[in-house]
Amino acid sequence: MRQLAIISGKGGCGKTTLTAAFSSLSENAVLADCDVDASDLPLILKPQVIKREDCLGLKLASIDPELCNGCGICLEMCRFGAVLENFTINPYSCEGCAVCTVACPENAVSLIPRVSGQVVSSITRFGPMAHAKLGTGEEASGKLVNMVRKKAEELADKYSCKLILIDGPPGTGCPVMAAITGTDLVLVLSEPTVSGLHDLKRAIKLTSHFRIPTVACINKYDINEKKSLEIEAFCKNSGIPLLALLPYADITTEAMMKEETVIEYSVHSGTSGAAEFANIVRNLWSEIETRLLETSQKEMYSKTLKAWEP
Amino acid sequence: MKIAIASGKGGTGKTTVAVNFALALEDVQLFDCDVEEPNCNLFLGFDLEPVEEVTCLVPEINPDWCTLCKNCASFCKYNALAALPNKILSFPSLCHGCGGCRHVCPAESIEEKPRPIGMIEKTSSKNSLTFFRGILDIGEVMATPVIRALQRHIDESRPVILDSPPGTACPALAVMGCADYCVLVTESTPFGFHDFLLALEATRALKVPAGVVLNRDGIGDSRVEDFCRAEGIPILLRIPDERMIARLYSEGIPFIKEMPEWKEKFKNILKTINTVTCKSKGV
Repeated sequence: MRQLAIISGKGGCGKTTLTAAFSSLSENAVLADCDVDASDLPLILKPQVIKREDCLGLKLASIDPELCNGCGICLEMCRFGAVLENFTINPYSCEGCAVCTVACPENAVSLIPRVSGQVVSSITRFGPMAHAKLGTGEEASGKLVNMVRKKAEELADKYSCKLILIDGPPGTGCPVMAAITGTDLVLVLSEPTVSGLHDLKRAIKLTSHFRIPTVACINKYDINEKKSLEIEAFCKNSGIPLLALLPYADITTEAMMKEETVIEYSVHSGTSGAAEFANIVRNLWSEIETRLLETSQKEMYSKTLKAWEP
Repeated sequence: MKIAIASGKGGTGKTTVAVNFALALEDVQLFDCDVEEPNCNLFLGFDLEPVEEVTCLVPEINPDWCTLCKNCASFCKYNALAALPNKILSFPSLCHGCGGCRHVCPAESIEEKPRPIGMIEKTSSKNSLTFFRGILDIGEVMATPVIRALQRHIDESRPVILDSPPGTACPALAVMGCADYCVLVTESTPFGFHDFLLALEATRALKVPAGVVLNRDGIGDSRVEDFCRAEGIPILLRIPDERMIARLYSEGIPFIKEMPEWKEKFKNILKTINTVTCKSKGV
């Protein structure tokens, strides 16, 4: 099984639009929407839910007002500022470390389970999909991403799918790391803006930190061709293959309004612009498929080598 | 007055709004709290100087005193300590710095040492605009402590604009939760609207009043507008989907610098916010 993650550092570069497009091009893939914070892939793919499961995050401290004598030791000990002056817990600050439970001389504090989100398994018109909904202000989003990926792997086994397509979250923090670790290829999406380039650099720093083969692609390259050249030069210098330049096109918004992938939309929209855009996406996809195949062959090769080692 | 600029979805224009808003108001503080991708200064181009290194206190175990009781490892909720038969192994990158291990160690063999996870910087030059930002080191996971450290530098006596990270998870809530007002930047598309509702839900949970800046106005449909009208949420500003604005953004130029007529419009946001918040306080 192969895994491809699509990330961008900066938000709004078109990760979900592109993932959705890939989903209508790939045969036999499972989708994993790992942007658990703002899960948008379902808006296009209209999943039919098979199963929902709660994700338990770190526990939450709870003070029993009957036992609490207001000594203030917990407030003093809590490093996260989660104990309020009136000896209640601010759930958005509590990290479930349990220091208060052992610090309290009256044994008034206990930890209670908290549901940090839900993992959902679904079926879409392009195949199975795993996605999630993170509870507002919850922190376990790296954990939830892992659960989505595990669910996607289960679905891939169940429906004998060969590929997992991961729609990644923005940023470079915990959820992104959870979304890319152990994948075979990462596609970093950029846009020709100062922030696009800046965030591309940070995203590539991250993928090289994890030593994952990385390819790049520029979206809306024609809104600033000079910046696009800068990105091209950067990719060349850092040895990141730049696979495609996607133009700025109304088709992306139009397709989204119709709740279709750009590939689906291009078929019936009849405009040459839409068809052209869809073709660039098709070419990009076949490039990616080739590379995924290459990485799998390399892996097989190194496995064969190992088998031959005395 | 602390105003957070937030959005559920990434790339809707938080930084654009935050930077232009701050430049229009002039005598304010701007705090870039998107510590995973701090982009404000790409548009401001200020010279920055380090203010402090943000650290997390991680345990260091003195093997001479350790009795291998394993209390620390079984206490740690983050799996940052593992008990082997002959020693305790620590994984500093998983540690949240709660200090629990030291507290439960009966042999007092645990000391806490600061481990750098990020940096706070500020403008070195004398500007009417005070700018601070936090940066989370690549490969680090704990954005919230960096945000909290950054917020300690806010001068409460002056207005401050906080550029928030996207989403509605812990780091975004840490920013929205400390604000008196939340400006939600969105666009009127299915993705934009969906993520806007998530952000709105977060502001309601935090009991922070919110208004909307409609970015790329003209694309999509009127779903955000219709919703705001029905719910009585003020639309503070509309930024049209203009190539000139996109162009200036791509170059890293705050658009009010080239399009000065926008200065007044951004200033009016503050007026509207003041009116709305006074009303809600019953003044």
